[in-house]
Order: sequence, then structure tokens, then C-alpha cells
Amino acid sequence: MSTSQVSGFNTQVSAPGPFGGPAGPTVRAVHDQFHGDLLEVSMGPQHPSTHGVFRMVVTLDGEQIVKLKPVFGYLHRNHEKIAENTSYLGSMPYTDRLDYLCSMSTNWAYALAVEKLDGQPVPDRAQYLRIIMAELTRLLNHSCLVGFLFNDLGTSFTPLLYAFREREKILDLFESLSGSRMMCNYQRFGGCRVDPSPEWLEAARRLAENYPRFLDEYEAMLTGNEIMLARTQGIGRLNSTHAINAGLTGPVLRASGVDYDVRKIDGYGVYPRFDFRVPLGAHGDTYDRYMMRILEMRESVKILSQAFRDLPAGPIMDPKAKLRGFRPKAGEAYGRIESPKGELGFYLISDGSPNPYRYRVRPPSLINLTLLEEMCLGHTVADAVVILGSIDIVLGEVDR
Amino acid sequence: MSPASDSYLERAPLELRDWLVQFLPEPLQWLAHHLITVVAVLAVFGTFFAFTTIAERKLLARLQNRLGPNRSGLPWIKGLKLWGLTQPFADAVKTLTKEDIVPATADKWLHFLAPVIVVAFSLMTFAVLPFGRNMIPVELNAALLYFFAAGAATELAIFMAGWSSRNKYSLLAAMRALAQLISYELPLILSVVPIVLVAGTLSTKAIVLTQGYWTSGFLPHWFVFTPWGLAGFLIFIVAALAESNRSPFDLPEAESELIAGHLTEYSGFKYALFFMAEYFGLTALSALGVTLFLGGWQAPCVFLEFIPSYLWFMLKLIGMIVFFIWVRGTLLRLRIDQLTRLAWKFLVPLALLNVGNAAFWVLSAHWAGPLQLVRWAVSFAVIVIPFVIMGRSLTAGFAPRTYRYAS
Repeated sequence: MSTSQVSGFNTQVSAPGPFGGPAGPTVRAVHDQFHGDLLEVSMGPQHPSTHGVFRMVVTLDGEQIVKLKPVFGYLHRNHEKIAENTSYLGSMPYTDRLDYLCSMSTNWAYALAVEKLDGQPVPDRAQYLRIIMAELTRLLNHSCLVGFLFNDLGTSFTPLLYAFREREKILDLFESLSGSRMMCNYQRFGGCRVDPSPEWLEAARRLAENYPRFLDEYEAMLTGNEIMLARTQGIGRLNSTHAINAGLTGPVLRASGVDYDVRKIDGYGVYPRFDFRVPLGAHGDTYDRYMMRILEMRESVKILSQAFRDLPAGPIMDPKAKLRGFRPKAGEAYGRIESPKGELGFYLISDGSPNPYRYRVRPPSLINLTLLEEMCLGHTVADAVVILGSIDIVLGEVDR
Repeated sequence: MSPASDSYLERAPLELRDWLVQFLPEPLQWLAHHLITVVAVLAVFGTFFAFTTIAERKLLARLQNRLGPNRSGLPWIKGLKLWGLTQPFADAVKTLTKEDIVPATADKWLHFLAPVIVVAFSLMTFAVLPFGRNMIPVELNAALLYFFAAGAATELAIFMAGWSSRNKYSLLAAMRALAQLISYELPLILSVVPIVLVAGTLSTKAIVLTQGYWTSGFLPHWFVFTPWGLAGFLIFIVAALAESNRSPFDLPEAESELIAGHLTEYSGFKYALFFMAEYFGLTALSALGVTLFLGGWQAPCVFLEFIPSYLWFMLKLIGMIVFFIWVRGTLLRLRIDQLTRLAWKFLVPLALLNVGNAAFWVLSAHWAGPLQLVRWAVSFAVIVIPFVIMGRSLTAGFAPRTYRYAS
């Protein structure tokens, strides 16, 4: 199909309509007598299902997608350049705004990079707390994602609001600990900012304990639904070769059957001490991507229960850590974690000055998004929205 | 007729009308007679529409673990909230005072006419619905035919709206709407054919009357309590959901895909008209379902006949609408190809079989004794077996999966 003949609506008004006004959308440049014209639709940046200010320029043959161009950058905030002009500690709260759903894990990735740069040790209790926060974040991110996915599938908000009920409980915990629901700014180089009270830990433990009940309920209501199966199975297939070549990470990659989880591979923090499994998909379609999230949440609950059981006493900050006027040794470091969306990395170059010489984020959302066209071709507009929802992007991280 | 038909409550609305009419000179009486009927139907169903919207919002909210609108009371009394029941009137004021935006490139006339036509035709369908004993605005011999003709005209209006807006989302929605409405018009009408076959009439009034009387006082002879009637009712409900663009068939205005579909370029009062027409359409289809399958205004038991017939009708209507709201709060949306496949490969064959089923029912009407049981069994088998087989083929290839874990 030649794209040269792709046209949107003819903007010039040609023949008058039946009542004297301009005629409706003019169909011109018929590329093929049978199939008629192609239609170019700009979905976004203001669109209910693009999860923020994301734009897809889709070319449609009827309702089938023959071309899809993702356009992003509407939320570009010059994050990296600003961080290069700020002290190391100064950009910690700024990392909250990258993936604004998962500030706890984004904080950790940045702290990890700085600690690597300076060779800073982290006390055991802080390591456990970090894992607790990261896994709670994974729970809240994945719950949100499946909720939004169902919204894209056309439910009128019901599954989303039940997911939000659970998310709200986690956010309440985060707020009582760090003072902010979403912009937690909790991790520091060499530890964490606040030590949770025993009551907080008890509340968090109970939440993790009850979480499988929510998941069971959710799955009983939705996972086996015939419409859900018909709408997601075989839709947006992605084979493992493509996924690896494009550098995809996280649940999207694992849904295609590739065993790659930074928690297992790098064993950062104290993850090697934990017993959990990594679920793998076989088909790489939207349903697999959805199920990856559900199964990962179940594993997260396991990790959380182990963390609450083994949480040691002790300091939460390395006593030698210096936050203000922090000047790491000259050098470079790459810290990466398995954020809920994929491999989130921070690459830092220090020249010994109080601010980084180079600060670079590897955003999993953006890199996972690169194969959107690949997944959407041949499917319909309705599927494109669902596929986008199953990739799990946050525009704060995509555009930075 | 049972004595209940003469009760005071039953006659009150009709006598009020006759009393009002007698004050006019003779030549004008027929006009006043009909005008009063029209005004009464408009007033009752206008109010019903307003409260359907608030009921939908509140019920959906409860299904979704929230409260729904509960703030709006009366403007001049502070602190009076009335459980938010005045919300629809606040909504009406809002939509009426909003700016009406017409896109510069839109076909102005078609853009204006579409909401007018959609409301006009959806209101016209109310003319042949028997709301109670002797309470039917127009007694037509071909009432059913008229109902579907008027109902089908609204589809044209939706296409007009999508086409004239000159918006790509609207155009896609218009294409979807046409595909969907044409596909579902067929099962909708076919699901009603058995009733015409059994009742032997197209008149809604006569169809309700055939469903009268009870076996031993409490088993009503509604069509839904026969095998073919139940099947017809279920097909009718699915097709009615699609015809009124309700979830899970709300493709023309699929919010997550097409923003607001054919309504994208409508604002203010024109949008409100579409909104109104949608609910009128839903109410009319529900009312038709009640009339054809659920015994219309008939009471379910003899001893409940003291409740006036129009209240029974309203109760059943509310039940249907609550069911539709419940479905909306629960189900996911189908894709357009799945939607048409469901219609053509599942509902239409089933509805056709059901017509044959009803023919069998009519032919075996004289069977008695143990043959009566055979009649029921055959009638059930004719519809249940194809339902299971075709249902399997519809979901073939889709099943929940099990997953492996990395070692």
C-alpha cells in the first residue's frame, strides 16, 4: 500500500452538501477501487486513552491500522539538563516527577547510581526498607495499570475504581511515611529518609497480607471474561527477537517469553536474599502482558511478607553519608533497577564537582513504546488503544 | 375482565382527561383529547428521563465503590441536599446555558437537524406503547411495524451527526453506528416475530391482552415464561442494548477510542438532545420488551391486581432499566468485528430458529397430558442445543492460560 496517496480529509471545501452547506468529509485519491481511501487520524495529545499527552498519528484503512507514528515530547521538561545544573541531592525530589506513579523506585534507581559512583555502603535496614517501598510501588503501579487497561477495554470505570481503592491504601501509607502521596522523595544516598514506626510496618504488613484477596476477586471477575479474552488474546503480538532487538524490558519483554529481570540478574540491593519467581509469557500478546502484571503482583506480595519478616533493626542511614555539599569522586556509574515498567537506569558522570557532569536516564516507558507500531499494525483503532494501555507508559518518564 | 379494571385508581387518569376535554367546544374536543395525551406522555417520560440519569449515576457509583452525586439540593434552601436528587435539573440548566459550538467546516444544517431528528423519532416510538389498561396514545393495527420503523430512523440521525461534524472521530463513529445498528436491527425484529406468530397480531394492545390471566391465580401467562419467549427475550435484550448504544455495545461513542464518537462536535443543548434521545430510545425499547415479553401492564398475580396497571408497567420498566445500568457497570466493550460476528453468526440464526420454535408451539397448542411435557422439552431443546453449539464456536480459541516461571 503506497503511503503517498494517504490523505486525511480534503481541507478545501468542494461540492456543497444537500442543504447548501459544505459537503461532509471528501473522499479523494482512491488508491484502490475496492478498498477506498485511507484516513489519517491524529489520536492525541488530548485524548482520553493516551494516558497523558501522548499522540499517535494513525493511518487507517477502514478501521484497520496501516501505519502508526508515535509522537511524544509534549511533556518535555529538560529533566536531564536541569539535573546537570543542580546538586546531586537537589535532583532527588526531581526524580519523583519522572515516573510519577512510582516515585519510590525512581528514587532508588537514582540513589543506586550515586552510591555506585561514590562507593557508598547502605545499611541493611535501609536495604530492606527500599525493597518494601519498591514492591509496594510495584503493587500500586500494576493495580493502576490493569485498572486503566480495563478502562481502555471499555468498562465504564468499574475495575479502575476498585484498583484505585487498593492504590489509595498504599498511597496513604506512603503519605504517612514520607509526607507526600505520590512525590515521596524518600530515598537518600546511603539509606532512607525516615524510619517507619512499628505501627506503620504493621499496617503495611496487613495490607500486603490482604492484597491477594483483592487480586483473587479481581481475577474472578475479569480474567476469565469472554469479552476480555476475545479482546486481548492474539492482539498486539510481539515476538521475543523483536523485543530483544528493540531493547524492551520489564513485563512487556517477559510477556514475550524472555527471562530478564534485573532483580535476578543484577541482584541489586538485597534481592538475592529473597525467594520469588519471575513469570514468563508464551504468546507476547496483550493478554500475556496483562497476566504478567497480575502474577508479578502475587510475587511482590511474597517478597513483601519475607521483607517484613526479616526486617533487621539498625540505622537507616550510613553514618558517614554526606548529603549536603556532596562531591563524589570523578568517574562514571550506571545504576539500574527493575522498576515496575522495566529496566530503569541512571547514568552519571562526575568530574568531582557538586553537580553531575552528565546525567542520563534510561526510561523504560520510552523504550518499550518504540515497538508500538510493530504491535498495532493490522489491528483496529480499538486494539491500538488497548495495546498502548498494556505497554504501560507514564508520560513523565517518556518525555522527561 | 376482572373487577380490578373498574377500580377508581385505574380510571382516574382517563377520567381526568375526559373531564378537562368536556370544557371545550365539540369540534376541538378530539384535538384536546390527543394533545393532553401527548403532553402527559412527554411530561411523564421527560421526568422519567431526568430521574433515569440520576439513577444511573448513583447506581453506577455504588457499583464502583463511590457515592455519586449527592450534593445538589434546592438553590434557595441552604443545607438541604435531598440526596442529590435535583442533580438532573442542575445538569439541564448547565447544558442549556452552555455555548453551542458548531465547527466552521461542519455542514450547518445537517449538524443542526441531527439532534432534532433523533429526539423526534425516539419520542415517536412512545405513541404505540400501552402504558396501562386503556392507556395507549394511538391504537394502531400495525403498531410493532410502526415502532421499528420509527426506531430505525434514529440511526439515520446518528449517521447525519457523524458525517456533518466533519470530524474524523465522528466519521469513524458514524461508520460504526451504521454497521452496528443495521446488524442488530435484524435480531431485534426477528426476536419479536415469534410473538406476532403466537399472538397473531401486530397490535401492542392485543399482544398485552393475550398475555392476560393466570394459571391457578399466580402463574402469569407472560410470553417470557415459555421456552421460545425466554429465548426471544434474551435475544431482544442483547439487541436492545446494541440498538441503544449501551455498554457493552457502546461502540459509536466508545469513549476510550473515539473520544465521544458522533457526539464529539456537539455541545450545549444539542448534546443534551442526543443524550435525551439515547435515554428515550432505551426507555422505549425497555417498554417494548415489557409489553411483548413481560406481560405489559398485567399484574404478576391475581391478588396484586389492586395496584393500578400503569404502576405495574412503570415497575417493570424500572426493573429493565436498572438491569441495563447494571450491565453498563459490569461489562467490557466488544470490537466492531466481534460485534457484527455476534449478530450475524449467533443472534440471527438463533432468532430464526426461535421463529420455527414458535411455529411448533402454535402447531402443538392442542397437545395435552404427558404430551404437554414433550412439547416443553422439544421447545427447550430446539433453542438450547444450538445455543450451546454456536456459543462454543463463538468463543473457540479463547481460554484462560497457565504460565511458566523462570527457573
